[in-house]
Amino acid sequence: MYIDPHVHMVSRTTDDYQRMALAGCVAITEPAFWAGYDRSSPQGFFDYFRQLTDFEPKRAAQYGIRHHTWLCINPKEAEDPVFAREVIALIPQFLKCESVLGIGEIGLNKNSRNELEILDAHLALAAEHNLMVLVHTPHLEDKLKGTILIMDAIRNHARLDPGRVLIDHVEEHTVRHVLDRGFWAGMTLYPDTKVTPQRAVDIFEMHGTERIWINSAGDWGQSDPLAVPKAQVEMKSRGHSLESVKKVSFDNPLAFLSQSGKFRIA
Amino acid sequence: MPGTPPPLSPRAVVDRYFLEHRAKMLDLASFFDRVQRAHGEGADDFRVKALEACAVVLLDGKPERARRMLELLSDLTTTPINHAPTKGATGACAANLLMNQNPKAQA
Repeated sequence: MYIDPHVHMVSRTTDDYQRMALAGCVAITEPAFWAGYDRSSPQGFFDYFRQLTDFEPKRAAQYGIRHHTWLCINPKEAEDPVFAREVIALIPQFLKCESVLGIGEIGLNKNSRNELEILDAHLALAAEHNLMVLVHTPHLEDKLKGTILIMDAIRNHARLDPGRVLIDHVEEHTVRHVLDRGFWAGMTLYPDTKVTPQRAVDIFEMHGTERIWINSAGDWGQSDPLAVPKAQVEMKSRGHSLESVKKVSFDNPLAFLSQSGKFRIA
Repeated sequence: MPGTPPPLSPRAVVDRYFLEHRAKMLDLASFFDRVQRAHGEGADDFRVKALEACAVVLLDGKPERARRMLELLSDLTTTPINHAPTKGATGACAANLLMNQNPKAQA
């Protein structure tokens, strides 16, 4: 049994839901993200938010998987602050939906001033509505710098409790920074650009299993919606206890997400 | 935060992962050979230089090689840029590489 707390199912087929269910997935959370192209209007985001809050929960339920979501405009589309603020203005009307857990995945992409401005607008919205936050950290060479800038930006919002914020896509050079500041950390299991299941288990061995989870972040790019159960197998095959495996792939996401008051297991 | 030592012995780790990483090492050697055999621009590409710098870390015998390599490949500046020039990332940072080659530049 496991929870995949970060997966972009709008980009995946119904067959993937079936395979995830067969592998033991009981619940997922899906942050809003970039479609691979810039949407041409805020109305495009309104339709996307309807897909996330209405259509996907029904599709997942066919396989006994409980679907939840996080809403935002992704940092990749934050370089136009006027457009981004129009999208952010759409979010409050969706917050009453039963499956909306908070704001995410917000953060930075290239660490620009406009991205920081829109990150701050999202954080203000989260603080105003007492929402949980799921953070995307930048890719590759931009990750270390962006992770620090993001945590500094969050610290400027005193009403945001780091214990209700998860900083995702950590790797060996950022995990300690995130945990030491009291945030939760997420590891994304990607074939090339983030961590492999082997490296994720190495990180557990070096940094422990408190306030940390694993996810597939399966999307339209090279990714694997079965990455979490593959990491479970890696842990078990090295001799880690079933309790440890369950902690990082079920108990920890359950503990973090339950703070929303809306997270449910199928 | 304390971690958990790997339950496997060093010998068991080698037994389990050697062939996989032997193949990755050969892939890396083959990649450098491929770049060297190719003609035209790009022989001095900063990304290749970055991998060469990583190879030094790989062989230095000190712990936490993965973390140190990732730092070597990172943008180590601390202030936001004015505008995002693109959405993508290259995987290495030319300016950081220059600083590592010339420590005086870090001052």
